[in-house]
Amino acid sequence: MEVLNAIFVLPFVDMFSEPIFFAEVVVGGLLTGVMYSLVALGFVLIFKASGVFNFAQGAMVLFAALTLVGLMEKGVPVWLALIIAAGVMVIVAVIIEKLVLRPLVNQPDIILFMATIGITFFLEGFGETVWGSDIHRLDVGIPDAPFEIGGMLLNEFDIWAAAIGAAMVGGLALFFRYTVIGRALRAVADDHQAALSVGIPLKTIWIVVWSVAGFVGLVAGIMWGTKSGVQFSLSLIALKALPVLILGGFTSIPGAIVGGLIIGVGEKVAEIYWGPLIGGAIENWFAYMLALVFLLFRPQGLFGEKIIERV
Amino acid sequence: MNLKKTLVAAMGAAILAAPLVAAPVLSSTAEAAGEQFFPLIIYRTGPYAVGGIPLANGYGDYLKLLNARDGGINGVKIKFEECETQYNTKVGIECYEKLKNKGDVGASVFNPNSTGITYALIPKTPIDKVPVHSMGYGRTAAGDGRVFPWAFTFPTSYWSQAAAFINYVGEREGGKNNLKGKKIAFIYHNSGYGKEPLPTFTKLSKKYGYDFKALAVDHPGQEQKAAWLQVRRYKPDYVFLTGWGVMNQVAIKEAAAIRFPMDHFIGNWWSGAEADVLPAGKSAIGYIAATFNQPGAGTQAHGDIVKHVYGGDNAAANKAQIGQVLYNRGIINAIYDTEAVRTAMGKYGNTAMSGEQVRWGLENLNLTEARIAELGVKGFMGPISISCANHEGGGKVMFQQWSGTEWKIVKGWTDTMQDMIRPMIEEAAAAFAKENKITPRKC
Repeated sequence: MEVLNAIFVLPFVDMFSEPIFFAEVVVGGLLTGVMYSLVALGFVLIFKASGVFNFAQGAMVLFAALTLVGLMEKGVPVWLALIIAAGVMVIVAVIIEKLVLRPLVNQPDIILFMATIGITFFLEGFGETVWGSDIHRLDVGIPDAPFEIGGMLLNEFDIWAAAIGAAMVGGLALFFRYTVIGRALRAVADDHQAALSVGIPLKTIWIVVWSVAGFVGLVAGIMWGTKSGVQFSLSLIALKALPVLILGGFTSIPGAIVGGLIIGVGEKVAEIYWGPLIGGAIENWFAYMLALVFLLFRPQGLFGEKIIERV
Repeated sequence: MNLKKTLVAAMGAAILAAPLVAAPVLSSTAEAAGEQFFPLIIYRTGPYAVGGIPLANGYGDYLKLLNARDGGINGVKIKFEECETQYNTKVGIECYEKLKNKGDVGASVFNPNSTGITYALIPKTPIDKVPVHSMGYGRTAAGDGRVFPWAFTFPTSYWSQAAAFINYVGEREGGKNNLKGKKIAFIYHNSGYGKEPLPTFTKLSKKYGYDFKALAVDHPGQEQKAAWLQVRRYKPDYVFLTGWGVMNQVAIKEAAAIRFPMDHFIGNWWSGAEADVLPAGKSAIGYIAATFNQPGAGTQAHGDIVKHVYGGDNAAANKAQIGQVLYNRGIINAIYDTEAVRTAMGKYGNTAMSGEQVRWGLENLNLTEARIAELGVKGFMGPISISCANHEGGGKVMFQQWSGTEWKIVKGWTDTMQDMIRPMIEEAAAAFAKENKITPRKC
């Protein structure tokens, strides 16, 4: 009875007895969720266009951030370093398309997935070889002072991150819906063969989508790198995006955002109100558990395309 | 058989037998002039490379210095080989297996640079007869040499560090008795390493009456907002951090984000390096961390490293992070180990020492103030004496504060309550002995 009380009653009593703190936990979770979504977006873009689960997205985040901070440390102004880093990610996309994707056209998805594991090791190693394994301080001028609102303590940086994340999602949604390349990309995502038959250049589309994923990786790298410094562990944040993808669906941009928000809030609430019951540090596995529960009911995720298997 | 045939037969036999007779002579000559092999289990890549690089550089550079300046240890040249683990326990064991038999007489001593790897090696080293030295990390109970003859934790341990922290904040509050009713939060890496100080904090909270809350953060610690929201709600008087790698940098940022006073935020000695505070910029000013070595590159040994290892190239030495906290800790680690080899040579002669002989050297190490000054590191580290029973050394702990540009010692050698900690170590060691059916040595 005591156990049931601790699990099903006391956490809720705690929430309602300190509503402002609970609101702060929820808002904190939402803001963290946006940061997860930034990483998840890169996965979604590539999966939408090619059906490939890009294991290298975390390494792309690290590589983009390392390039940016490395240039800044050499005295390049922030704006120019941003442009060059974005350009480098386009070059990376071109090289990946030419050396990895093109030779593997029509191979099973698992082969392409394995290839992205190879890309991961290459980007991590190459990035560290060029820019070193030391920690790099990253400051692109985003303010990060704490401030109070309605009794809640928030941070300017988190608000900026949320705004940038929202702008990025909006921009990408418009890009895919209203531009020629966006429509072509959706066509490729639907059916490679059909897209090719109506003259859509598959290679160009792949370069575009890997470039955009690289750009998204750069933004994610700036946000996470500003918090922790740019270092190898940036590539591990991909692990944080996995439950977001499972939850939101691998093919939906809004899904990546909503999934990120749910995971962000869910893991914070679980850690603070239920974590102490079992010694804490539950947020990592709780995110996966939450995603798995969703998977039981909606295997395609919240916004993913419905899986229809015809016999 | 005539004389001629007899002579020819004798000469032939002598020629055939010569290699057999000469081989042991040659081999013992080679051994006498042999090389002292140091296996370096390090990590220059992976999520914890930021801490692993300066540690490896400091250790390696000191060995290079001894070779370049002194011709090795008592004339015996030093040879070393690095093995990269990425702070991964499984890879660490592979490195151990790869390196344990290298060198003329096998490995001198292993420094796993990881609590996880240390735990895995402790049962192996007695079989292979090579000591393991986990300097200020690893299994605290291994400080009892009666149960752990092959493991060494000196100059101090996580339990002693926790006691020193309580002593330090007690002093700041005007006496440990004033800690009654105070709140202390403990944010720790959710691993064996992070959990080590928990028994000490729990025991001391009962003794001094402070409220204590432990908050775990999962590997690698990139995201820890939930822990800091709980800190904000708990409103502790002090926060003690046991982190490593990215966890430290994020923790300092998060502390600043909730406006937690930095001079009440104290890290352990693996949470107080330059790399931990630099990403936070100005908001890290005032942050405090434990240490057992002085910061800076002002000793004679540092000068010698620049001169003999880097050929006077200060820029190259700075690139290797000379004088930084973890680089200096690498130097200290190398000093302990090479002085243990020298101690062993005092008994066994100036030749390459086997792991078994180095173990004896570690157990009989006595680094006095005078010897430390002779080594060119006066004031850089504390004197220490190891014995058969005490492998921790009961070393004291200092506290340093980040000024924004450098670390400065704000509290010198602080007592580590050995009257309470030592019985705890012996109790834990006895429990280990019972569980593993080990008969403790008589010391």
